[in-house]
Parts: sequence; structure tokens; C-alpha cells
Amino acid sequence: MSGTKLYKNIVNIGGVLIVGLLLAIFITLFLNSYPSIREYKFNFFTSKIWDPVFEKFGALPFIIGTLLTSFISLVISIPFSLSVSLFVSEYYENAFFSRIFETLIDLLAGIPSVIYGLWGFFYVTPIVRNIQIKFLLPPTGVSILTASLVLSIMIIPYASSIAKEVIKLVPNDLKEAGYSLGASQYEVIRKVIFPYAKSGIFAGILLSLGRALGETMAVTMVIGNSIQLPKNIFQPGNTIASIIANEFTEAVGELHLSSLIELGLILFLITLIINLIANLIIKKYTFFEI
Amino acid sequence: MKILKDRLFKFMVIFLALLTLFPLFSIIFMIFKNGISVINLEFFTSLPKPPGETGGGVLNAIIGTLLLIFFASLIAIPFGLLTGIFLYEYRDKKIGEILTTFVDITQGIPSIVIGIISYLWIVKKMGHFSLISGSFALSLIFLPIIAKSTKETLKMIPSYIIEASLALGISYSRTILKVVLPSSIGGILSGILLGISRISGETAPLLFTAFGNPFLNLNILKPVSSLPHLIFIYTLSPYDNWRKHAWGCALILIIIVSFISFLNKLFLKKWKIKF
Amino acid sequence: MEDKILKIENFYAGYGKLEVLKNINIEIVRNKITAFMGPSGCGKTTLIRCINRMHELNKDAYYKGEIYLEGESIFSMEPVILRRKVGMVFQKPNPFPHLTIYENVLAGYIINGIKLKKEEKDRIVEENLKKVALWDEVKDKLYLRGTHLSGGQQQRLCIARTLALNPEILLLDEPTSSLDPKSTIEIERLLEKLKENVTIVIVTHNISQASRIADYVAFIYLGELIEYGRAEKIFTAPENKITEEYLSGKFG
Repeated sequence: MSGTKLYKNIVNIGGVLIVGLLLAIFITLFLNSYPSIREYKFNFFTSKIWDPVFEKFGALPFIIGTLLTSFISLVISIPFSLSVSLFVSEYYENAFFSRIFETLIDLLAGIPSVIYGLWGFFYVTPIVRNIQIKFLLPPTGVSILTASLVLSIMIIPYASSIAKEVIKLVPNDLKEAGYSLGASQYEVIRKVIFPYAKSGIFAGILLSLGRALGETMAVTMVIGNSIQLPKNIFQPGNTIASIIANEFTEAVGELHLSSLIELGLILFLITLIINLIANLIIKKYTFFEI
Repeated sequence: MKILKDRLFKFMVIFLALLTLFPLFSIIFMIFKNGISVINLEFFTSLPKPPGETGGGVLNAIIGTLLLIFFASLIAIPFGLLTGIFLYEYRDKKIGEILTTFVDITQGIPSIVIGIISYLWIVKKMGHFSLISGSFALSLIFLPIIAKSTKETLKMIPSYIIEASLALGISYSRTILKVVLPSSIGGILSGILLGISRISGETAPLLFTAFGNPFLNLNILKPVSSLPHLIFIYTLSPYDNWRKHAWGCALILIIIVSFISFLNKLFLKKWKIKF
Repeated sequence: MEDKILKIENFYAGYGKLEVLKNINIEIVRNKITAFMGPSGCGKTTLIRCINRMHELNKDAYYKGEIYLEGESIFSMEPVILRRKVGMVFQKPNPFPHLTIYENVLAGYIINGIKLKKEEKDRIVEENLKKVALWDEVKDKLYLRGTHLSGGQQQRLCIARTLALNPEILLLDEPTSSLDPKSTIEIERLLEKLKENVTIVIVTHNISQASRIADYVAFIYLGELIEYGRAEKIFTAPENKITEEYLSGKFG
């Protein structure tokens, strides 16, 4: 049946396309990072000197910046994500306003990153500046902390959307068994729901983390763009994503560009691994697709 | 004591959950408050004035955003549909699972990295920034969204519709192309609208592809401005006039994104074919 | 001597390791209603789906043996060609939701890209909707979607859609089991009228339905053909004990 054969052949192109695309992306990143990889090898990760003039590129400040902002934003966002998911899936599962609430949280996820940056710049930085003044620190306003605060708001919907689904999946009879033994709702949540849903919740947190790592615009606008290693969170800094955003168009020389691309490669690989793990957990333990 | 803990915990959960809405309302409030005063006819129809001067508008960015989305759609929609159909055809096989993961991975690539890719593949080869390289970057973000929503929509078509078609002596390929796909149009369009909503706000991939342009540009081979890009550079600029314009751009962007979302919900009800 | 249109010969079929049909031999008589009967899971649906080669679409499906349509093996034909000669109506009415009633009748042509003149299309639609006694009910709403009808009407629409291709055999797999009693009787009356021009094979688990409309009955049990013959004989004096027990309601 030549019609169906033709159809199948064309459809298969769709498969080849996505495989080819992903491979091409990886190969391009690797090939263009190579000059930098060859030049700096492991020092790239340990050196804190980022000097375009003398062509010495060490990414430690940005790795630290990324780790700090991601970790802090994750820690701040988790209680909120869990609260949101418990609100809509446990406490007020059937209330009409939960659906409205969920829509509102979706809106939060839909706001473009650059608008978070705009808001963060004009609303959050003055707040941080005031705190810095109180602590007698340089009142930059922009800092690792500012970026972490804005980031934490942005990643709340990611963990909460997964968490709320897995919490809903906890079987009713398990919860009722808990209640019939005299447990309070808090205890049922702690001792029945959370243990049952923990891998799903963990996957949701990983998804939030993946998002935090790759987030660029909002962070770039409020982190202060410093190439020094930050000594505390009130200092300006840079993440891997933000240094690329800040310097890419002004890159001087092949090594500079190659180093920035190597940073891009690192970002690509880290987010790939985290998202893969999160997806694997979701597939294995919760039987539904995201 | 136990009851106290229970009440306290519940209170905390409700408090934190409602608190998460605060940034949402703050953002929307500030955008409207600061943006409304900037929006006037001039804002929509004229080009930016040099830094320091008052007045001017963001026509170049509005047109730029529309053009970027248009060309990104031209690239992403056909290939996204194709990939989506592939994922649907092989959905019960191992290769389908693996490639779905590939699509997921592509969807998860940070948009700044996508910008790097488009830069290396197009900007470097062309020797200069361009609208088309920006659209290409956006299409890489758009494509996985279309592919996944196409696959999910096609999966929802009940097998008895396919059987009815086959039983009429209609070949399998025609069944997919003329029965299953048309029945899925609602979901597919929804995925497209979702993608458009997403890429209209993207900035990072445009930083070194479309690059920005203070003038109006309709040439796909030249750099072009866009609303999110203006928000970025205007916010960080020291000029009061530009900063005000940033809020105006944000307002337009939010309205565009909301409008698309509203269209989506409206049409989803209308185009959704019931079984 | 009755005219035989379809011959099922030494036929086996199943899925993977599961054998569902064993050694089936039946000759279907032209322009009569033949009913395949038996308890759930006996293989009657599998058998009917073999006749238009829909069985092959199932995972791990296999078959062995022969089926001849007018002397020609159906396995030597293109399935697409076969299915226009042997039409099928399903248990759940399945009009195409994205097509109008008008377009649904013509679906076999439209979707296959066969171009027809407007007058030809109108003629086919009216003729086949009249055959299924649906014309008067829908002639003013031909441009509504196919799903805007009641269950019984939808099923008649599906029959019209199949008849529009002028098949030689019409296969029906429990066509009334999801319909209300009134629609069921309407469809039964319809089939009795249609058999003048098309051979009908119907799968039914409803013994009274079979006794009302079948001319011939094939009783299948655990994948084997237990008994086959004229309906009056099978219902009044079955030769096989199992047939008798089934018909008297002892099981199934």
C-alpha cells in the first residue's frame, strides 16, 4: 500500500529530526567549547579568575553563584510549593475556589522571566537595599540574595504542580485507615500522604531545581553582574546563565567565547541530567505522564 | 497538644499558600499602575527616541515580536506536527518512549543555551544578527511544545473512530490524515496557542540572535527588536523615560499573553470534539 | 440449492498463544441474515472481524485457513479493497464527529478522495438515508454534525454510511446492544428489508433477536462451531446438546 508506506516514511522523518536535532545541539556545544576545555581543563571549575584581557577563564564564581541562588531559592520555595499543593489537593480538594487558586498559580508560572526581572528590579531590590543598609553592607540592592528571592517565586509552580497530582493519588482508604486510628489531619499528612507521595514530590522539587539552574533573564537583571567570587549572599554575583547573557555579545577573542560556550555546555548537561532523573521518577512511581 | 499542632499546621499551610499569590498580585498591580500612564497612541505608533529624550514609542518592538512569532511558527508548526505524529504512531513501542524523552530533554534546554545554538548555526554563518536567527531560536523552544500536545491530542481519539474508518476501506494513512487529525484540531491549536504564549515572552534566546534594533525592521536578514528585549535593556538603563517604557512594554506583553490564554480557553470549548 | 457468497474453510485464529477459533467451516448464504451466536468470549466477534480482515489489526493476531468471497480468497486482496466489498457496523455507533450527517454518509468516498458531482452526492445521500429510514428525520438537518443524533439514529447513519459503498456483505457486531428497545426493533426491521440486496452477517448475544430475524444461525462455543443451519431448525430442534442448553438459557 504505497500511500501508507509513504506516510510511514514521512512520519519517520519526524523521529530522525528530533534525534538529529538533539545530537547536533550537543555536538555543536562540545566542539565550540573545545578550545576552552583544552586550554583550562579542570582549572575551569576551580579557578576564580575570570579575566578576558589576560585570557584566563575560571568559572568558579559563576558555579558558586549558580549553586547559591539555586539552593537558596529551592529552600525558600519548597514550603510554599508544598503548602500550595496541600491546599488544593488535600485541605480544599473539592472546593470551587481551589480551581481558581490553581489557575492563579498557573498564571504565576506563565509570567515571562523578563517581567519577573522588571518587578524584581523595581520592587525587590529596594527591599534588599534597605536590609543591606541595616546591616551596614554596601547598598547595592542587586545581589545573590535578590536573585534568589525572585527565583524562589518563579519556581514555586513547578514543584507544586507535580506535588499536587501525586498527593491526589494517595488512596483514600489509606488515609481513612489513618483517621480511623485516631490520627489528626496533620499526622495523616505527615505519616501517610508524604511517605506515599515522597518520590513524586522529590521529582517535583528536581523539576523546580532544573528550572532554577537554567533561569536567565530575571536573575541577570537583579544579580548585579559581578565577576568576583561572592563572599556572602548580599554581594552581587553571577550565575552560569547570567554571565553568558551579560558577556556573550561582547566576548573578546576566541577563548572568551569558547569559555562562555563551555559554560553553556555545562548548563545543558546539568539541566539534562536533572530533568531526566525527574522524568524517570515520575514515570516509575506515579504512572502518569507530564 | 495534638489538636494544637493540627490547627497550627493547617493555618501555616493556608497562610503560605495564600502568600504565594502576593507576588502575582503585586506584579500585575505594578504593571498596570506604571504601564497605564505610558500607554497612548504615540506609544504604539512611533519608534523609540534617543536616550534621555521623552516621548517616543515601541512600534519597532511590537512589530518585531509579531514577526518573530510568525516566522518561528512557520518553522515549528510543520516540524512539531510531524514529530508529534511520530510520537503518536510509535507510542506503544520502545522507540516512541525514547524519543518522547528526547523531546522532553529538548523542552528542558535552558533558553540561553538555545540562543547560543542559534548564534553558532546561523548568526556566525551569516556574519550578523538577524530576525531569522531569532525566530529559529524561538522555534526550537516552540517545537517540543507542539510535538507533545499533538501526541497527547491524537492519543485521545478513540480507537472506534479509527476502526470505523478502516472498515470503510479507507487506508491507514488517510485515516490518520483525514479523520484523526481533523478531529484533533482543537487540541493541536491549543498546543500552538500555548507555545505562542510561551515564546512571546522569551528574551534570552534573542539576546544574541535577533539582538535588538532601535529602528523598525521588516527584513528577516536584519536584527529586530522585541517587547521582552526592550523590557530587559530599558530596565537596566539609567534613563527615566526608557524605564517608564519598560512598564508599558510589560503591560502590552501581559495583555498579549492573557489574550492568547483567553482565546485558548474559549476555543478549546468550541473546537473540542466530543466523543 | 442456496447460493453461497462466502466460504470460511478450516479457519483458525487467535492472539499470540491464545487460540480463539478452531477449525471453523461455514458457508454464508447470499441475501440472507446469518447470525453468529454464543456466550461471551466464544470467538464470534473475532470471527466476524476476520471476514473483513480487521482481526489482523490487533496486536499479536494470527490466523490460519481460508476465507473465500465469491470464490476469491480475501487474503489475496488488498484489505482496503476487501473492506469496500464487506462493510462493518460496530456495537457502539461511531459517526465521524468532525463530519456532518451529509458528509458522514459519503465518508467512504470523501475520505478516499473520490470526487463526485454535487448531484451524484445528493443522490447517494438521499438514497442511502432512505434505505435506513432516516431520510425523513434528518433531511432538514443534513448539515449538523454526525453526533447530533440519538443513539439509534447514529447507528442507522453508520449503516447508511456503509451501504453507500454498495458492499456485498454487511457485517454487524452486536449493533443494537447499546441501544434502547425501540431503536433495536427499528434496526431489526431495517435489516430484514436490507437483506434483499445485501448479505447480512450479525453477531448477537441476544437469543430473542436472533430468533426474530436470523435465517441461518451459527452457534459457536469455546472457539468451535458447534452447530450451523437454518434458524427455524436450530431454535426448534437443535442437534447438539450444548446448543440446546445455550438456547434454553442454561448458560451464556
